[in-house]
Amino acid sequence: MNDQTPTKAEREARLQGMGCKRKRVEDIRFTQGRGNYVDDIKLPGMLFGDFYRSPYPHARIKKLDTSRAKALPGVRAVLTAADLKPLNLHYMPTLAGDVQAVLADEKVLFQNQEVAFVIADDRYIAADAIELIDCEYEELPVLVDPSKALLPDAPILREDIVDKMVGAHGPRRHANHIFNWQVGEKDGTDEAFASAPVTVKETFYYHRTHPSPLETCQALASMDKIKGELTLYGTFQAPHVIRTVVSLISGLPEHKIHVIAPDIGGGFGNKVGAYAGYVCAVVGSIVLGKPVKWVEDRMENLSTTSFARDYHMTTELAATQDGKILAMRCYVLADHGAFDACADPSKWPAGFMNICTGSYDIPVAHLEVDGVYTNKASGGVAYRCSFRVTEAVYAIERAVEVLAQKLGMDSADLRVKNFIRRDQFPYHAALGWEYDSGDYHFAMEKAMTAVDYRGLRTEQAAKREAFKRGETREIMGIGVSFFTEIVGAGPSKNCDILGIGMFDSCEIRIHPTGSVIARMGTKSQGQGHETTYAQILATELGIPADDIMIEEGNTDTAPYGLGTYGSRSTPTAGAATAMAARKIRAKAQMIAAHLLEVHHNDLEWDVDGFQVKGLPEKRKSMKEIAWASYNQPIPNLEPGLEAVNYYDPPNMTYPFGAYFCVMDIDVDTGVFKVRRFYALDDCGTRINPMIIEGQVHGGLTEAFAVSMGQEIRYDAMGNVMGASFMDFFLPTAVETPHWETDFTETPSPHHPIGAKGVGESPHVGGVPCFSNAVNDAFSFLGTTHINMPHDAWRMWEMAEKLGLHAQANAAA
Amino acid sequence: MIPGRFEYHRPKSLPEAVALLAKLGEDARPLAGGHSLIPMMKLRMATPEHLVDLAGIADLKGIRHEGGRIVIGAMTTQAELIASADLSAALPILKETALLIADPQVRYVGTLGGNVANGDPGNDMPAVMMALDATYQLAGEKGAREVAAREFYQGAYFTALEPGEMLAAISIPVPPAGHGAAYEKLKRKIGDYATAAAAVVLTKADGRIATCAIALTNVGDTPLLAEEAAHILTGTSADAASLARAIAAAEAITEPATDGRGTAAYRTKMAGIMLERALARALARAAG
Repeated sequence: MNDQTPTKAEREARLQGMGCKRKRVEDIRFTQGRGNYVDDIKLPGMLFGDFYRSPYPHARIKKLDTSRAKALPGVRAVLTAADLKPLNLHYMPTLAGDVQAVLADEKVLFQNQEVAFVIADDRYIAADAIELIDCEYEELPVLVDPSKALLPDAPILREDIVDKMVGAHGPRRHANHIFNWQVGEKDGTDEAFASAPVTVKETFYYHRTHPSPLETCQALASMDKIKGELTLYGTFQAPHVIRTVVSLISGLPEHKIHVIAPDIGGGFGNKVGAYAGYVCAVVGSIVLGKPVKWVEDRMENLSTTSFARDYHMTTELAATQDGKILAMRCYVLADHGAFDACADPSKWPAGFMNICTGSYDIPVAHLEVDGVYTNKASGGVAYRCSFRVTEAVYAIERAVEVLAQKLGMDSADLRVKNFIRRDQFPYHAALGWEYDSGDYHFAMEKAMTAVDYRGLRTEQAAKREAFKRGETREIMGIGVSFFTEIVGAGPSKNCDILGIGMFDSCEIRIHPTGSVIARMGTKSQGQGHETTYAQILATELGIPADDIMIEEGNTDTAPYGLGTYGSRSTPTAGAATAMAARKIRAKAQMIAAHLLEVHHNDLEWDVDGFQVKGLPEKRKSMKEIAWASYNQPIPNLEPGLEAVNYYDPPNMTYPFGAYFCVMDIDVDTGVFKVRRFYALDDCGTRINPMIIEGQVHGGLTEAFAVSMGQEIRYDAMGNVMGASFMDFFLPTAVETPHWETDFTETPSPHHPIGAKGVGESPHVGGVPCFSNAVNDAFSFLGTTHINMPHDAWRMWEMAEKLGLHAQANAAA
Repeated sequence: MIPGRFEYHRPKSLPEAVALLAKLGEDARPLAGGHSLIPMMKLRMATPEHLVDLAGIADLKGIRHEGGRIVIGAMTTQAELIASADLSAALPILKETALLIADPQVRYVGTLGGNVANGDPGNDMPAVMMALDATYQLAGEKGAREVAAREFYQGAYFTALEPGEMLAAISIPVPPAGHGAAYEKLKRKIGDYATAAAAVVLTKADGRIATCAIALTNVGDTPLLAEEAAHILTGTSADAASLARAIAAAEAITEPATDGRGTAAYRTKMAGIMLERALARALARAAG
């Protein structure tokens, strides 16, 4: 070799493969305002649709008159349930096996429910026309409190299914009951509790909030009546599923439906389900033969499409006196709103809530969830988490704190004592999951050392004494959380959406010059897929990431996949990417053997090509092999170089992490300061450390928002409160704490590249960490649990309740 | 979030604007920075048929001295208040307050006149103007008149402005050198209105409070002048007992709503704490 020959390390660096902090290629267009979002798409003759919505949370529609609106110049149509009924489109199926009104049929069930859809020449005319719709209502008793939903005299909400006493998930015991779901050993758990030396019980309310992506939900439907084809652009996290749903409910053959998800400005679970706006845009385009666009505004987004959480979780732990957990029991009352539109895999009415035994070796457990209807918007989506995993982790991570407090033990020590040990993996949890890999003790020790945990506790003890002496009005809280996520849904044996297994896919084509296009069934909403998938391919194919184009979101060209949510892209499509690349490499090896005139077993892979074993100068690069695959006949091989893989994962992946938060709270104002936040994440093999860090920053920021202020609240009359950014807490750079990130790396044993997924971990682990910090701050004053959101006034109220203000006044 | 139809007017002079407002009557609203009015229009809570944009009127801008007073044109932006070295020297509380309003982008467009004339109890400048005993110079078809800030606010979004009348300038008596002033605001995040806020302007002589004015933001339908609290403090050495009595007197006049910022009880207490902090800073700043 002469001096010009790049070294192996140089060739590897040139690939920008796995492990490289490659800059996000999509940011070139995003940072210059050159993204292409649904609302950027303008089709000739395009019309605009907008909803007239109910001002009442529960009312019968006595009269709905759209004639004045229709008479306004520029209005093309006004759709109501009466128009959709003959098409059987006034209801649509939900992902949870329920149906949801597209336009209110005879009664409204939540404030801001869609009642009529106005289609006009522009948005201004549509908005004016909405004012001209005359609707008379008869108000009905409102059901806001889910704990009253199943009372005998509760108002009945869903008259459309009142006689259907068996729902999608089994028997319903009341007209307002959706399902009862139980997992685990009830009797064994009860026995363990009956004989346990120590038990604790606490109800944690995980409040209703919303994913609130920057871009709201939107769609643009264009029906070509000549060709009988529908093109539907939309903010779809799962475009293929949308195509199938549209085919099923519209009757249009699936091959004549082109669903395109262009750039998406954040999803966080908000854009998984199907919404009335999508259906109405499609119907409008079919009826009028013109493109119809629907764009949600911010208040509509926050108050109608897909809330998250709203779980009342009564959680119990049984333990020995020295802190060994013996059993867990959890009862959840789940407020699903007016329709069960949770976006969960079909067989999981409460998602993966049964991951609630957390990171601990708990011998026996039982989980029971009752889902109920209330007069609120429907949803229950996985907001930056796998299905109901944030709720599950919150329940266990609060419960271990409550137990530690009762035992007088340090909560970090209690966790360590109960961790699943490294040698127990794969670990079979009491509620059914098989955890793939982990080293919790190592991660926790690293984190505790990094934050000087013992030093913090010493400082806290001193501060508490100073507080008692009246020398400070601040209390210090140390938040600890150790979470295990369950992501990458999922194996088709137990995960499907509308009967379609939750595999995912990748199709790779290598062009003659050695550059690549690869398409996936997933859909980035900001995760950076165009960057990271290319890095997996670069390493697997020996082709520089810069020569690889990643394309998603066009159902005509991309292979079928189930989309992006629940941190599933890397565990599923990321695996498919590696597997498809390996098929290509196997063929490339045969081509190289032909070119080098050796047996393929005499070749070995070397960064970016094949070389003859022991003769590194005899080699063929992938670029040369790609050319050869198009340029000459290779005996016994088809021309070209492409492959497709549909990957059905054998198991979920289980990322984990250890988080610590240090917070100071001014008891006189409730104003808090996050002094420090440390996050150690283990997401298995790390594809792009910079993107991981960005994901962790984003997830922590959303965790901060949710735990410290963000909520969708209803008043006693059923009015939705705070559905605008005036009140809905979105922290700016000023409020957001500084994040310290760290990692350990425990690859998944069953994933082709060992990667586990990371986008949601920081949210899942972050929420209990903040909440634990607040609860820890107050705990020395005798509290056991304070519900989120922990905004300033609620913390002040707690201080008031504890007599801290009267005390100070007396001292003064 | 799309406003109804309206006609847009952009007069070039104050007389032209006044004439337009008189002609168009109650269906017209003057438009300053628009940060209050335009969101209300988007929600269709305000539905003016005519908007009279004051941005093209040069006479409504600028900061000038007139005798012992500083006169600020109604269309002067918050950013211009912050940037004025003259104002920072003579009335530092204005810069301090402007910096607590919204965010830099809003402050480049939002005006002092819009902030004080809209009658929104959440706006910050009205309380400061009451504490400074400023006077609003109004222009209308029937001629110019002056109304004291302390007399201007009648209810939420209700002010002494007559139909067709508009605010032209704000005239502030320059407090004596050595005065102490402060504005303390508690808010949930950048860009938020106050949970509660307090403005204090005082002077000291021989270690005692010689004059004192206090006003509160967003804890009632209007900004509140806390006269009793100021009266309690005047003549005292700002001892702990007097401070506590003054704060209790200020809290007693609040009538905040329970909303996303907190319960009424919380907001009342926060008004007291903001006042406590504003007094401490104003006292530290005052000479004598």
